[in-house]
Amino acid sequence: MSIVTVQLGQCGNQIGQELFDVITSDTNEAQRYKLSVEGKAYGVCSQERFFHDELTGELSARAVLIDMEPKVITQTMATAAKSGRWKYGDRSFFCQKQGSGNNWANGFCVHGPRHEEAVGDLVRREVERCDRLAGILTLMSVAGGTGSGVGTYITQCLRDTYPHSLILNQLTWPYGTGEVIVQNYNSILTLSHLYQCSDAILVHENDTVHRICAQLMNIKHISFSDVNKVIAHQLGSVLQPAHTQSTCSQYSRNPIGELMATLVCHPEYRLLGLCSIPQMPSSSLAYSAFTWPGLLKHLRQMLISSTKMEEGIDWQVQATAVGQRTADKCGGFNTSMANLLILRGKDVSSADARGFLDPALYSPWLPAEGAFSTWRSAIPFNRYEKSATLVSNSQSLLKPLDHMVGKAWNMFASRAYVHQYTKFGISEEDFLDSFTCLEQVLSSYRHL
Amino acid sequence: MTQSIVVQVGQCGNQVGCRFWDLALREHAHVNKKGIYDEALSSFFRNVDTRANDGEGSDIAGGKIRSLKARAILIDMEEGVVNEILQGPLRDVFDSTQLITDVSGSGNNWAVGHKVYGSVYRERITERVRKAMEYCDCLQCFFLIHSMGGGTGSGLGSCVLSLLEEEFPEISRIVTAVYPSGEDDVITSPYNSVLAMRELTEHADCVLPVENQSLVDIVNKIRHMASTTKPGSVIKKDGTLISGQGGVTKSEKPFDAMNNIVANLLLNLTSSARFEGSLNMDLNEITMNLVPFPRLHYLVSSLTPLYTLADVNIPTRRLDQMFTDAFSKDHQLIRADPKHSLYLACALMVRGNVQVSDLRRNIERLRPSLPFVSWNQEGWKTGLCSVPPVGHSHSLLALANNTCVKPTFIDLKDRFIKLYKKKAHLHHYLHVEGMEQGYFTEAISSLSSLIEEYSQLDATKRLLIPDASRLSIAT
Repeated sequence: MSIVTVQLGQCGNQIGQELFDVITSDTNEAQRYKLSVEGKAYGVCSQERFFHDELTGELSARAVLIDMEPKVITQTMATAAKSGRWKYGDRSFFCQKQGSGNNWANGFCVHGPRHEEAVGDLVRREVERCDRLAGILTLMSVAGGTGSGVGTYITQCLRDTYPHSLILNQLTWPYGTGEVIVQNYNSILTLSHLYQCSDAILVHENDTVHRICAQLMNIKHISFSDVNKVIAHQLGSVLQPAHTQSTCSQYSRNPIGELMATLVCHPEYRLLGLCSIPQMPSSSLAYSAFTWPGLLKHLRQMLISSTKMEEGIDWQVQATAVGQRTADKCGGFNTSMANLLILRGKDVSSADARGFLDPALYSPWLPAEGAFSTWRSAIPFNRYEKSATLVSNSQSLLKPLDHMVGKAWNMFASRAYVHQYTKFGISEEDFLDSFTCLEQVLSSYRHL
Repeated sequence: MTQSIVVQVGQCGNQVGCRFWDLALREHAHVNKKGIYDEALSSFFRNVDTRANDGEGSDIAGGKIRSLKARAILIDMEEGVVNEILQGPLRDVFDSTQLITDVSGSGNNWAVGHKVYGSVYRERITERVRKAMEYCDCLQCFFLIHSMGGGTGSGLGSCVLSLLEEEFPEISRIVTAVYPSGEDDVITSPYNSVLAMRELTEHADCVLPVENQSLVDIVNKIRHMASTTKPGSVIKKDGTLISGQGGVTKSEKPFDAMNNIVANLLLNLTSSARFEGSLNMDLNEITMNLVPFPRLHYLVSSLTPLYTLADVNIPTRRLDQMFTDAFSKDHQLIRADPKHSLYLACALMVRGNVQVSDLRRNIERLRPSLPFVSWNQEGWKTGLCSVPPVGHSHSLLALANNTCVKPTFIDLKDRFIKLYKKKAHLHHYLHVEGMEQGYFTEAISSLSSLIEEYSQLDATKRLLIPDASRLSIAT
């Protein structure tokens, strides 16, 4: 089954390009791997998932590139073509001449409706190329105007056109400061609208990823390309083929479906966070050895202490059983709704993930067996001998989301910048609706 | 790719504009070695086949550069400056259809520029702008350059501004306005400036005020550095903000150094829209991020570094110094001290070899010392453009929406009141047809209320404002 990727705005397009790059390089590596039969199956599965063959024999990504200005798309397509391993379809992009100017309202109310048809056609063409559609993955940022505004509008359209397909929105949350001043407005408008139409929202925070680049990858001068590579690595480790519990002998054919079946069991809880270990500079990989118990112990602690990288983990935090939880859980541990653990690499069958089955980790109304599942693949991912990724629907995004809503609310209280939005048809009531929606989400997660 | 049209009005506007076109050509020649007419060039220039015999030449899309024509409209009510441009080395980038001139000037009288010439030339200006628009396939922005003190620039310039708003409301209008110094030789300059200010406050999307005195100070500073540097460290000839080295104009005129600074301001402002970078910043993002309330759209700008040394490798310290300097009093293009006033929002537009981590480090470093308004504590907008300006390895343009513009405005108001109390020179204005005293009272009250709006924000500076109480959800 195949996934159609929709890349929106500068951020979405750059991440998309890195994602396909990681996938192809990982697949090539896998085919060189000694388990040649399994390596081949892995390659075939991954290729069917993300690419189709052009008549010329080249791999062409099942992706649609959308931006309101041409510069990024031109660059992205050129970089992809230069890789020699894969490319984007020659006509699978849509761009305009003038960007949305960081204005969500401009993207959502003007550009979105105006280009709905053209974009819809492009997506449909990709969908029709798939033998079976596993779902749609959209990549976008929430800070800017095009990714967030047009992206939200297009997601709504996709929901209408493909009511039975799954839509996974990967969102990049901006740095706390310094990217776009109206980013909190744009973010709350995006999130509140997506919450109504997306099946799951997978979040990457730039601040976290930046820290990973600085502290784990040891990069001195971090560029956006470095940040995007880390995001692509984490996404790739989820989306590449793996054996799920139900398909022991074969690679799962429907990763998005299985992911949602595990993680999104209640419509009120759709925010997914992601963490991967280990992450290190490729030059140190050869000198490092890992054991499964070690990795999983760290990952479990990262989960309960809500740490998103393997550094500065608070080992004091402990999971408390349901009965003993106090009303005030501030500073307490991170309760999960559901978790999905993906293990890749050597001796993967020996890895013992029972630590994640502890009922104390989860909300009282869902049995741990239903809230947790594991995917495994014996093929090492992206040159890591062993690696583990945890996708979790938990309270870990509560704090950044609360922060974001708080900042936006403060700005809204003095009505600053609101005139820029009303100009394009987003009224103060629309803002209030968005705030209400997100306060509701926050409250639900808080009381998990 | 989008295009912009520059409308330069009056003596000052045309001189600054002229420097802008020279430096823009220098910049593109530096980047574009192959002589191909590319997207970056198209934002300010047309590529024209002058051999076509329809008089104006027809546009060529892509391919080799034939003959570049500036997307500009030159307006002056005397002929001197424009004629000089037409006889100078830049004559080829303009053709006669882009010019609008008269012979008698506005006599430093806003009313003459605004009312008399405004009504006489309105049709012709609209028609010329429309013509220039026809050559654009996606027009994004008008850049209006004029002075505030004189008659033509302030009077006709502000008239053109409201004309643009009326005729082309969709296109954003960015005004670069040169403010007179206190000891200006034009006696009526306070009148002209205040009358023009009202138009700017009401009709511009954003205004970049530039003060003559600040330009003089910066020029002196650079000259001083150039003459006192140690023999080992030579300042690069084309590496200063005031240098026109490498442009087509050879002989330097007295105001060129000052005008080059303003020209560089415009170049850096538009660099991210013209060239690629890892974090693009389009022109419409400037207003979106920096203008929280429609009237408060005056952006204080600063350019760093002022010069680069020819022979030293640049250590990171120097990169950080560039960020520090951008907030110091000496580098602002108006006489103001942003660090001791209140920031409503701030944008950093970086060019050259600078990474996002450099940006983040410097924002974190500088943030504690800069007071931001309570609801916009994280009011930073950043852009990274990979093409540095000619002669530099990197550069920074900081744009601040800051209450530090207030003293300049108060000063202007005081000078206006001083004249107005005695009704000095008033009759020169009131003689002009269509001009009434009401213009003066309305202009001064518009300025007063603008000052008041800044004061109210300023007053919140030292207060600890609690967060607005959030919506509560019934559980």
